[in-house]
Amino acid sequence: MTPHEPDARPLLLGGPAMGLRLIVLAILSLGLMVADHRQNQLAVIRDWLSAVVYPAQWAVQAPIAVWNSARESLASRARIESDNVRLAADNFVLRLKQMRYESLEQENQRLRAASASSSRVVQRTLVAEIVRVDLDPFRQRVLVNKGSLNGVFRGQAALDANGIFGQVTRVGPLSAEVILISDPEHAIPVQVNRTGARTIALGTGSSGQLSLPYLPQNFDVVAGDLLVSSGLGGVYPPGYPVGRITGVGRDPSQPLLAVAAEPLAALDRDPEILLVWFDSTVVEPEPTPAAKPAATPGDAAGGD
Amino acid sequence: MAGRSSFGWPRIIALTLAALVATVLPLPDWLEILRPDFVALTVLWFCLLSPRMTGLFHAWGAGLALDAFRGVLLGQHALALIVITYVATKLRLQIRAFPPLQQTAVILALLWINEFLLFWIDGVSGHPITDWRRWLAVPAGAACWPLITSLYARVAARR
Repeated sequence: MTPHEPDARPLLLGGPAMGLRLIVLAILSLGLMVADHRQNQLAVIRDWLSAVVYPAQWAVQAPIAVWNSARESLASRARIESDNVRLAADNFVLRLKQMRYESLEQENQRLRAASASSSRVVQRTLVAEIVRVDLDPFRQRVLVNKGSLNGVFRGQAALDANGIFGQVTRVGPLSAEVILISDPEHAIPVQVNRTGARTIALGTGSSGQLSLPYLPQNFDVVAGDLLVSSGLGGVYPPGYPVGRITGVGRDPSQPLLAVAAEPLAALDRDPEILLVWFDSTVVEPEPTPAAKPAATPGDAAGGD
Repeated sequence: MAGRSSFGWPRIIALTLAALVATVLPLPDWLEILRPDFVALTVLWFCLLSPRMTGLFHAWGAGLALDAFRGVLLGQHALALIVITYVATKLRLQIRAFPPLQQTAVILALLWINEFLLFWIDGVSGHPITDWRRWLAVPAGAACWPLITSLYARVAARR
């Protein structure tokens, strides 16, 4: 049947009724947008919608996930054996480190108790799988398969095995949206591990790059420096690796340095992430003489 | 209504859902930037070339579903889609009579209006995406139009 079949309905569509419908629907859309933009007015509807949509989003990636797992289960014996050898070696090294770490942590606890500052270490973690759907090519956000039913909350920090990944921006009952540290609307308070100096790292929109735009010309930073989270703002636990400086552009005619860093977390390759709970009640800027407070314009809480 | 036309709501809903899925299907990064707005193309195809079953309500519903699917501001795709659907429906008799190339040019203009409205709403709501590559999806979508029309006509013809 061609679409050109004759029918008895009027040839000219629209007329005043259609204009009216357009206006009504446009006003409805605008109303929805305003209500949604002013957070929480639509929270219930949002939660409900995400619960409805999530199975569909999950179904989109299910064939790909099945294919991957089938390929995984058919992986060659040789590869599994070599993996096993490598993991055993890794495990050995990690256990050696762990031995030292435990004694260091004990010592750290005692020292912190002595100086009456609370230790903010991660207390609980939850593994969440990333649902492979593309939400928006120009925003660095991912969907994960854990939601408020698992206790996930807005603003929760997410890590992977190598470093800080991002934070939760939206929570549905079964799923949550995580904004990556590389999203252009995200900022994370960091510390240069070598000197202890604090600043802010902004996302650039590309998953391999962060930028540190608020550093003065005389700031002590070189390529290869490790950036760790400073814990200011209370969103991220302090002391976790964020990135490594890849380039420092010193242009004497500019007031500030152009510093680029590379995130340590495998932002575009992770199959799963860790959502963490930690005690963020005490946010005290410790008076360390080495830490010269860098310019911290805007929202130091990071993100959003 | 559904009895007379060549296909009914089940097929309309199925094609709209397929377009939604195509919008979030994981693709490699370089291809992702060129991904056409399949939902807009589907909505346009229905209001231009199908028997008159769908209209503003279909466009609005598809837009809301797209908003929910991508987790963006609720209502932005819905608004953009009803605007282009309105324009397309008003001009549908001319557009249908155009040769394919000219039709594609009209689709390009409509998709550009759609993208511009989205860009505008992004800016007003405080999440602007100023990357020029976001506009690449518009010509990519128009280039897909002849494919979409022949594909959908085939689906519509199948009993």
